[in-house]
Formats: sequence, structure tokens, C-alpha cells
Amino acid sequence: MTTKTWQKPLLAILLALAIVFPMVAANDYYIYVMSLAYIMAIAAVGLNLILGYTGQLNLAHAGFMAIGAYTVGILTVDYGVPYWAAFVLAGLLSAIIGFFAGLLSLRLKGHFFSIFTLCVGFMIYLIIEKWDGLTHGTVGIIDIPAPAGIGPIRFDNTWSQYYLVLFFLVLSLWLMSRIVHSLLGRAFVAIRNGEDLAETLGINLMRTKVLAFVLSTFYAGLAGALYAGFVRFIGPAMALESHTFDMIAFILVGGIGTLFGPLLGAILLTWLTQSLQFLQDYRMIVFGPLLILLVMYFPQGLIGYWRQRQVRRAAASEKDRRLQRSALSSRQEVQTNA
Amino acid sequence: MNIFFQQVLNGLTLGSVYALVALGLTLVYGILHIPNFAHGALYMVGAYMAFYLVGSLGANYWVAMAGAAAVVAVLAVLSDRLVFHRLRNAPPLHDMIAAIGLLLFLEAGIQAIWGAEFHRLAPPYPQIVRIFDLVAPAQRLIIIAAAFGLMLVLHLFLTRTLTGSTIIAMAQNRDGAALVGIDATKVSVLTFAISGALAAVAATLFAPINLIYPSMGHLVIMKAFVIIILGGMGSIPGAIVGGLVIGFAESFGAFYVSTNYKDIIAFALLVLILSFRPQGLFPSGARA
Repeated sequence: MTTKTWQKPLLAILLALAIVFPMVAANDYYIYVMSLAYIMAIAAVGLNLILGYTGQLNLAHAGFMAIGAYTVGILTVDYGVPYWAAFVLAGLLSAIIGFFAGLLSLRLKGHFFSIFTLCVGFMIYLIIEKWDGLTHGTVGIIDIPAPAGIGPIRFDNTWSQYYLVLFFLVLSLWLMSRIVHSLLGRAFVAIRNGEDLAETLGINLMRTKVLAFVLSTFYAGLAGALYAGFVRFIGPAMALESHTFDMIAFILVGGIGTLFGPLLGAILLTWLTQSLQFLQDYRMIVFGPLLILLVMYFPQGLIGYWRQRQVRRAAASEKDRRLQRSALSSRQEVQTNA
Repeated sequence: MNIFFQQVLNGLTLGSVYALVALGLTLVYGILHIPNFAHGALYMVGAYMAFYLVGSLGANYWVAMAGAAAVVAVLAVLSDRLVFHRLRNAPPLHDMIAAIGLLLFLEAGIQAIWGAEFHRLAPPYPQIVRIFDLVAPAQRLIIIAAAFGLMLVLHLFLTRTLTGSTIIAMAQNRDGAALVGIDATKVSVLTFAISGALAAVAATLFAPINLIYPSMGHLVIMKAFVIIILGGMGSIPGAIVGGLVIGFAESFGAFYVSTNYKDIIAFALLVLILSFRPQGLFPSGARA
């Protein structure tokens, strides 16, 4: 019960910090980096639904993000479709392709699923790279228009785009918290904890897993669409599995299967990478062993670790109270007997 | 006829390289029961080792192959002892993520030393062999002969020697193997060493007709995964047959369908087959 009392103020403080951030940031570049971290966090929040809550390691996630980004890129640059129409279509298209990919890949279990999705992701990459006529091939798409203004609000500078991305981040976290706290969310967790048991409880395994998959690809598609409008240049490399690996690292560092874990991990690791600028290409020399050490010694991540401590402390104080009470009552008994 | 023969030769070359890589994967799968995503990185390190030994130290091609095999075998054993062995009781998700960590580390490490650019291993046998009116580059014939020779040796080792049968026993039933007194540590060290050596040999064989670069393992490892899913996880004949199937599909597909999309063929085949047969072509007991 104590968790509820501090949770709301804490969230309000975090949100206030995020809103104040551009005003205290030393220059626009920091705002830019933070926005990118938020966009990656939205994608990672989506991946966390299938990986952390449902327990299926989907290695094609970056591919779905690329589908979203390319939908926006192709529609706005080549066909003159307005940004927001393309934005909605990007989410829908990723989810539709995700539906069929999920239908096919979720027939396989455990690591067969992971290998299969690895192949699906690579197919997406190859198709983007080879289909010159549609995707501009290895050159990529440049000069993607920034998100169009809504009413009096314009998104033509880093500041306003930061708030736009923040808005979508809050929206996607809110939606995710509704999902994971619903009955459906419990069904996801039940599948993670044991498919056979979940099935005996009356959960339709295939339908529930496909739903988790589609939702997660929808998140990936929207993150990709935001990315396209924000960075305004996309290339086939964004579909590569190494980007999925980045997102897995975010989730693991922050806390797998927790609501805010992916966000925390995305922010921490993005800034870590920024401060290790000189490492850029070699950041994996640090990240690789970091991943291994994390799963070995710290598999629940930062938020998971903190929560575990919280639970342990609560259990300990509960035990103390019970001991005191029983000591008290036994003394009373002694007194009444006397 | 001649063009058809060329495609057969290409298919055999590709197929035997894929089969060697898939064999290593499938053997390790028998011990670990997880897909070793780092196997492609071992393949890549093997190519770089051969490149270094031939290019910088001027070693003979076959000596370089042996050297690369030894280095990668040690690397594979280290990855087992330092990482996978310690995660024995962790959920499979953790093993897979650790394997990914290993892959990222090895790739970044190689890139830090040799850079991201492409390298070439000078072909040790640039001759062209002529039989009647059929022509074939010597290196391709060497690949096929060496790969099949190695597969034969491996087959004999696994079925005819006591040490070899301990690997098979362990893959079939871990507890049963422990009950009859098989040392699990020894077997897993041996298996990792063999799988690393196979990857390095495959890479060294293929390197003279291919390019060497840090992410060269990606495509090969993914195709090897396709092969062992199709051939049945942990199945040795499945890995060889699957390797040849993918090799032929690619070489004929590249010729008769499209060169541009030849790398997709393996994955399209996987999607197609798994759509109709989720249990793979040769279902085995090891399948979850």
C-alpha cells in the first residue's frame, strides 16, 4: 500500500523535470540527444511488452521500427502525403505486418521464435536495402519533412520537437501502464511465467501472444515514424538487429518487465554513449560485456533491484510488527492468567 | 550444361561452408540447448586470424587454417567457461542475451584492431581446373573436398570413438550421461572447441573467394540458423543436408531468379517451409 502514496508525487516530479529540461539544458544538442533517447525509449517500451511481460525474445523489433520510419519517409517525400496521415499509417502498417509476422513466428516457441524473428528482421533489412525503386536503397531517404504544425503549435525547432516527443512518450507510457495492469496484462505475465499453466487457466496462448506482438510492433512503428520526422534522414541500417540489441540493453539496464525500466535504460545508456563519444564505433566493447555481467549478476535491472529491496524491506518490517504483536499478546495472556 | 554445372559447383561450395558452420552450431545446441548467437562472431574471428597469419606473418595457407582453428577453439571454450557455464541455471532468455553480448564484444574488438574496412585473403590456389569442357576454380574444389573430408572425420569421431560418443550421449540425455559417469565439463569443453574450430576452418576455406569484414558473420550465422531449424536442432545429418539445400537454393535462385535478392532466398525458404510445417523438415526430439 505504501508504494501507491509516493508513486504519484514521484511521477509528477519526473514529468516536471522532463518539462523543465530544455530550459536548463546548456545547448540545443543536449535537447536533441534527450529527444532521441525518448524516441528509442518508446520503441523499447514496446519491445518490453513482448520481451519483458510476455517472455518472448523478438529480435525483429528494429525492423518494425524501420517499417514505421520508411512509411513516413516514402509517403511524405515521394507521394506528398501530410506528415500526420503518414504517421498514423506508419503505426498501422507496422502493426499489420507485425500481425502476419506474429501469426507465423509465434507458432514457434522459445529460442525457435527468437531465431525466426532474427531472420524476419534481416529480411526486412534486405528488402529495404535492395528495393531501390520504393525505398531509395542504400542511399536512404533524405529531407523528410518535420512534423506539420497542429493549430497554432509548430514543430520546426528542437525545443518544440522535444515537447512533441515527450508528449508521445508520456502517452505511450500511460497506455502501456493501462495495458499491463489490465486483465490482458496479467495474461501476458501468465504466459511468461509458464505457457502450460497459462493455457490451463483458460488463456488462449496464440491469440494473446499475437496481440502482445502486434501491440509491440505498433509501438515500434510509431517510434520509427517519430524518428523519421525528427532526424529527417533514414537509411536501411536502422533495421539491423544491432538496433534491437541496443533496445534489449536499455530494457536490461533499466529493469526487464517493469514499466519505466526501458525509459530509464534508454536515458542512461544514451548519455553514457554520449559521454563516451570517443568510443562511438567501439561502444560495444563496453556494452557487450556489460550485457553479460548484467544477466549474470543483475538480471532484474535497476528498477527491478530497487523494487526487490522495497519488497524485502516491507516483508522485514511486517515480520517485526508481527513479532512485536505476538510478544505483546503473549505478555497480556501471562498477565490475565496471573 | 556448362552453366548448369557451374551452378551445381556454386551450390556445393556454399552448401559445404554453411554445413560446417551449422554443424558447430548444432553440436553446441546439443550441450547448451540455446542458440549460440555468438557463433557467427567466432566464424568472423576465424577469418581474421587466417588473414593475419597469412598476411602479416606470411604463414602457409594450411598452417594459417590450423592456427585460426586453434585460436577460435580456445575462444569458444573461454566463452563457455566464463559465460555460458555460469548461466547454466539461469532462464534461457539470459543465455541468449549473454550470447548477444559476446557477439557485440567480439565484433567491436575485431573492428578496433583491424578497422571496419574490407580485407582480402590472397587465394592460395588461383588456378583453374579443366575437366573435359568443364572449368572450375581450384579454390572451390578445395572447399568442397576439405569440407566433406572434415565432415567425414567428424562423423567417424562421433560414432566410432568413446570420446565422440560421450558428446552424442550428452546431447541425447544430460542426466543419463551423468549417470553413466560422463564428465559434463570435459564434454562441453570439447564440444565448444570442435564447434569453434569448425567455424574457423569454414571461414578460412571461404575467405579467398570472399571478403573479410567485422560483420561478415551475420549472414552466414543466420543462414546456419535457418539450416538447423530446417534440419532439426541438434541433428548432425540435418545440418549437412540442410546446408546443401540452402547452398543449392541460393546458387540456382541467384541464377534463375535474381542475383540481387539471393540472400533473401534462404529466409524466404524458411518462412515458406515453417508456414506449412512448423515442426521443420526433420523434426527431432530436441525440439521444444
